[in-house]
Amino acid sequence: MNERKKKEKKMISDEKVLQVNNLQVSFRTYGGEVEAVRGVDFDLYKGETLAIVGESGCGKSVTSNAIMGLIPQPPGIIKNGHILFKGKDLTKLTKGELRKIQGVDISMIFQDPMTALNPTLTIGEQLTEGLRTHKKIGKQEAKKRAIDMLKLVGIPNPEERLKQFPHQFSGGMRQRIVIAIALICDPELLIADEPTTALDVTIQAQILELFEEIQRKKKISIILITHDLGVVAKIADRIAVMYAGKIVEIGNKREIFYTPEHPYTRGLLNSVPRLDLEDEELQPIEGTPPDLFSPPKGCPFTARCDYAMEVCDHVYPFTNKLSEAHRVDCWLQDERAKVIKNSDRVG
Amino acid sequence: MAKYIIKRFLMMIATILIIATLTFALMHTIPGSPFDDERTSNPTIQANLEKFYKLDEPMHIQYLYYLKSIVTFDFGPSIKKPNESVNELLARGFPISFELGMVTILVALLSGVTLGTFAALRHNGIIDYTAMTFAVVGISVPNFVLATLLIQQIAVNLEWLPPATWSSPLHMILPTLALATGPTAIIARLTRSSMLEVLTQDYIKMARAKGLSPVRIVVRHALRNALMPVVTIMGTMLAGILTGTFVIERIFAIPGMGKYFVESINNRDYPVIMGSTVFYSAFLVFMLFLVDIVYGFLDPRIKLHRKEGDA
Ligand SMILES: Nc1ncnc2c1ncn2[C@@H]1O[C@H](COP(=O)(O)OP(=O)(O)OP(=O)(O)O)[C@@H](O)[C@H]1O
Ligand code: SF4
Ligand SMILES: [Mg+2]
Repeated sequence: MNERKKKEKKMISDEKVLQVNNLQVSFRTYGGEVEAVRGVDFDLYKGETLAIVGESGCGKSVTSNAIMGLIPQPPGIIKNGHILFKGKDLTKLTKGELRKIQGVDISMIFQDPMTALNPTLTIGEQLTEGLRTHKKIGKQEAKKRAIDMLKLVGIPNPEERLKQFPHQFSGGMRQRIVIAIALICDPELLIADEPTTALDVTIQAQILELFEEIQRKKKISIILITHDLGVVAKIADRIAVMYAGKIVEIGNKREIFYTPEHPYTRGLLNSVPRLDLEDEELQPIEGTPPDLFSPPKGCPFTARCDYAMEVCDHVYPFTNKLSEAHRVDCWLQDERAKVIKNSDRVG
Repeated sequence: MAKYIIKRFLMMIATILIIATLTFALMHTIPGSPFDDERTSNPTIQANLEKFYKLDEPMHIQYLYYLKSIVTFDFGPSIKKPNESVNELLARGFPISFELGMVTILVALLSGVTLGTFAALRHNGIIDYTAMTFAVVGISVPNFVLATLLIQQIAVNLEWLPPATWSSPLHMILPTLALATGPTAIIARLTRSSMLEVLTQDYIKMARAKGLSPVRIVVRHALRNALMPVVTIMGTMLAGILTGTFVIERIFAIPGMGKYFVESINNRDYPVIMGSTVFYSAFLVFMLFLVDIVYGFLDPRIKLHRKEGDA
């Protein structure tokens, strides 16, 4: 289908924009320490879209906030690990140094466009303030750039719209404005935390198309956080599956959709309706994720896994590299574990 | 915006009219008359005086004269001090009361908002606890108690500041302090809680993600939103401060309107009561009107809500 067309237009280079190594983030709360992210590793290449999927509370937002430098400290602490953005370790920067990167090299799009814009400032002010802070350009030039951005994200009459306030726009329009704000300083990395969850379906599709268009035009790298596997199927190049603060499986889109190896990934895929397998019953994953106040020593999925073995309970599985891109943390990958029957496979 | 202002303006006129009518009614229901004093007990003199002040006319005629005096803004001479007109009393007393009230509001707003903002930014820190302890004390101690304490300690015992009157900026410090402490505390608490809420909003997180400086985030993005509730209570607070001036003026022997007002009620000095009440309430209602307009400017959703639809 249009997979091939997309490949032709899309340029993913092998230049790494971002490298996240063994990232661990905790929150000190009255109830104890929440280990929200417990050792996350991934790389991001120039021009690609990496989707991070997983159940609520698995640490997707904490991971992206950590990259963006938005973990509130306290109560949050980056306990370990490195976030290398073009070779520079973001965890080592001072707040002032970080501000030179925020909104300029790395930008973020938030989930709810109804609350992400300041109700008391005009769209124009909100669009240009980042630009004027970082790039030291004049008012007129900033305005011109803002108009260009609004055109790019598909907002009609941009000159007039600049003077208006957020409440004068619909939800879809506001999300376009949020995207324009994120892109105005020409970032290399865009983090989108559930950018379409709060929108209705037709608007969702439009926004996703906008992402693809922008990526083609700007060669930007995108981290897309979502619950929605439909969204993932549409625009991701690679997929990371998170569970209880860890990436349990990561791989190219095809690998994750057609040859998922981790039982949790398979569970996720089984829990969404598919058009090509109409008669198959939906199987939501039973149970709930473990308590992150005292996460299990072994595989966190043990309590919910149909294949759990003795070892799973005690030792965290090693990471098995199935291909250049495909990695999975599961004891079933061990030769000693019994081979899974093909019929259990989804793809 | 124009429509909004006109609507508020008409409401303001109606409010003043209602207050004026109530004042008239109340004044004539309280027993006694300006001539209860033994010095003026000669019946002929009294009759002449009543004729002069139109007190011999039927009530509804008196009411019409009264309305006329309001519209023309001429309240006639005082009964007790016949050589002085009510307008003169107002012109003498009001500027002083106004000064006291405005300085108080300014002090309360500036210090309250600053305290509240810092308390919110250092949430659960020492500044926060100190400021909020101060706020609780400030709210619970009545201004006349505070005034007495301040005079006793700072003026009499320490002799740092003059104890009374309104003759120099130095004289203004203690009365302002006494009057402003309560409102400051209320504003500080309100600013703190609304600031804490605003700081958790997505648009603040977004401002951080833009790499803006913390000062800019607080001043430009948070403060304006956090001040909405403060502006909302400014109206009632103004009323409180203005009545507070009466008490404080008496304690510090400040020759403001409070003095004339209290005297006029004791004396049943009708023209002065009517004049000062109507003038004062008109002033207050006008201030509320201003607060509404400021609110409209702060919150664009009010200003434009009928002008344009959603995109
Ligand atoms: N400021 C905080 N203080 C304490 N705990 C926090 C804080 N922020 C996040 N957490 C905890 O970290 C864990 C991971 O949260 P995170 O927001 O990353 O989940 P998520 O994967 O984004 O979920 P969702 O899909 O619901 O957005 C949760 O258990 C959450 O309670
Ligand atoms: S390691 Fe064990 S419990 Fe965890 S997913 Fe694999 S089989 Fe299941
Ligand atoms: Mg989240």
